[in-house]
Amino acid sequence: MRATGVVKRFGEREALRGVSLEAGPGELVAIIGPNGAGKTTLLSILAGIAKADEGEVASAGGAVGWVPQQAALYRRLTVEENLLLFARLEGHEDPRASTEEMLTLTGLGERRGEIVARLSGGNQQRINIAIGLLSRPAVLLLDEPSVGLDPRQRARLWEFVAALAGGGTTVIFSTHDIQEAERYGGRVLVLADGESLFDGPAEELREAVRREAPESADRDFETAFVAYLHHRGH
Amino acid sequence: MGGVRWLLLKDLQILRRSPLQAVLLVAYPILIAVLVGFAISRGPEDPRVAFLNEVPADTRINVGGQELPKANVKEQVCERVECVFVDDRAEAVAKVESGDVLAALILPSNLVNKINSLSTLTPGVPEVEVLVNEENAVKAELVDDRITTLLAEANLRIARRIGNEGGRYLGLIVNGGQFKVLGETIPILGLSTSARILEQVTPALPPALRPALKEVTEFAAQARDNLDVAKPLIDRLAQPIAVDKVVVGGKSPPLEIFAIAVAATLTLAFVVVLLVAGSLALEREENAFPRLTRGLVSMGGLLGEKVLLGVAVGMVVTLLMLFGMKIFVPLELGRVWLWLVAILFSAGALGAAGAALGAAAREVRAVSLLAFMVTLPIAFLSLVPSGAVGPAVFDLIRYATALFPFKPALEAITAALDEAGSDIGGPLLHLTVLAVAYAAIARLALRRFATV
Repeated sequence: MRATGVVKRFGEREALRGVSLEAGPGELVAIIGPNGAGKTTLLSILAGIAKADEGEVASAGGAVGWVPQQAALYRRLTVEENLLLFARLEGHEDPRASTEEMLTLTGLGERRGEIVARLSGGNQQRINIAIGLLSRPAVLLLDEPSVGLDPRQRARLWEFVAALAGGGTTVIFSTHDIQEAERYGGRVLVLADGESLFDGPAEELREAVRREAPESADRDFETAFVAYLHHRGH
Repeated sequence: MGGVRWLLLKDLQILRRSPLQAVLLVAYPILIAVLVGFAISRGPEDPRVAFLNEVPADTRINVGGQELPKANVKEQVCERVECVFVDDRAEAVAKVESGDVLAALILPSNLVNKINSLSTLTPGVPEVEVLVNEENAVKAELVDDRITTLLAEANLRIARRIGNEGGRYLGLIVNGGQFKVLGETIPILGLSTSARILEQVTPALPPALRPALKEVTEFAAQARDNLDVAKPLIDRLAQPIAVDKVVVGGKSPPLEIFAIAVAATLTLAFVVVLLVAGSLALEREENAFPRLTRGLVSMGGLLGEKVLLGVAVGMVVTLLMLFGMKIFVPLELGRVWLWLVAILFSAGALGAAGAALGAAAREVRAVSLLAFMVTLPIAFLSLVPSGAVGPAVFDLIRYATALFPFKPALEAITAALDEAGSDIGGPLLHLTVLAVAYAAIARLALRRFATV
């Protein structure tokens, strides 16, 4: 997946200012930044939901799976009915087999008959991701997937996502949690006010923060990161 | 097309899973059908009126010293209303105050004497007393209308009776006959017979007397002819103005057909608009819209699916309602195909309008409110007849109602139900134009759905 010089405007406001990104097979890329940084807008453009005003987006081939921040599910349908519906809409040859596969993958086989509205936020998010995976995508885009999950659910989610990446799926996810980005992202893209501030391995981000905000070197990483953003004018 | 089919099944599944909605969709048309059916088939019931007749039983109306036959006021009044007989004024007042009766009619004991005084040198004013309870404006108007009509009819009957008696006396003067007075029968010669006798005796009289007698004979003939003219005049006096109603425009359907059409169109409008607008807004509330339109189904396909859902459910509900009403009112089953055409076009246009509302409002709660705020006033305005308001206001209403599918839908369904009804082609064309226009608006508004 490659994006080059992406610009997106909403009226007078520039939501993205020439952002570039590249991710290879099996890579886990974290997009980090404060609220309003342009993370969701960038993922929407990569997913093909929104169009860039300038720049190019290309993927090497295969489907691009997209998992929106809020679960895009029919809450009055059961787990199985949701998966079956989207498998049918995607034109799978054997939608029931695809549904079974996703139920096994998400570990929700025993809860297939439950109405989605009655499931926990974590389980809803697992189905949300499973629907994104139905097309067997080469690239999976996750928009703040851990929002609203408790630590245990979050750990299970990242275990699941890491397994996908281990299987060769390119995973690009957004988050505003710097520790989550550092822990799970092989590479990190820092966005602030639509501007790309950093793109590189997670360890190099810690080094860049220490270099640009030395006064916060002895503080925790999150505080140091905020100081780094401040130094960069955000 | 495959995507539309699965989405349609999904929406029906969601609908079925909402027991309240499903029950309402079935129960509502049946309830409306039963209520309207009962109202139409039973017709308006006679109002209950307390009746107190204080006039002595043997009192008769007297014209020129001659008593008229018994007027049967009680029977005549009780033909028009349901009479509740009371014994005194206090009981009448109590029944009116409690709302047990709409009004009380009291005929005072001196009523006939007052009527009889009309032909004397000292005429009185005959009065009846009406007690009413005007607890609200609608009831007050209803009572006024009913009582005024009742008394106008009573006056008319009495006037006709007096006119008939007057005519009978005139006939006696003109043609002669028997006249009963104080138990004795007096023969009346009459003008015709008098003239004939005079003509017969004229040749036997001396020539000098004949001219004078001829004048008397001619006067008798003139009087007979003029009094013959007076009789129909007296008859017309009771009801001098007759009404000749000529329908110059507008084929109005029978009232029961119109009532059924209004009930069916209202049901169809609410079911289709709310369902289409609500299910479209639900796609956004469930965050499914971007996922769906990301290659799984086109925006046009999604709109079509929602309209199809509205048309399918609307047709079932409306047909259920019409067949329910058929139990009470004879509806022509040979016209069912026309019902289907009218409902199909109406549901299509209403569905497109619902899609535009749903795409514009975006949230289910806002959509429900907007659908009621638009549909209800338009439905009421569509029922305002010409002449009920000023010409400028009516023009405004006409243009406003032409922009929403309710009125053409009502016209189409009325035409489909009424055998002698007006042409259905115009309303169907109107509905088609509105369906296309609203679909275009919905398609434009839907673009905003995609914004993140």
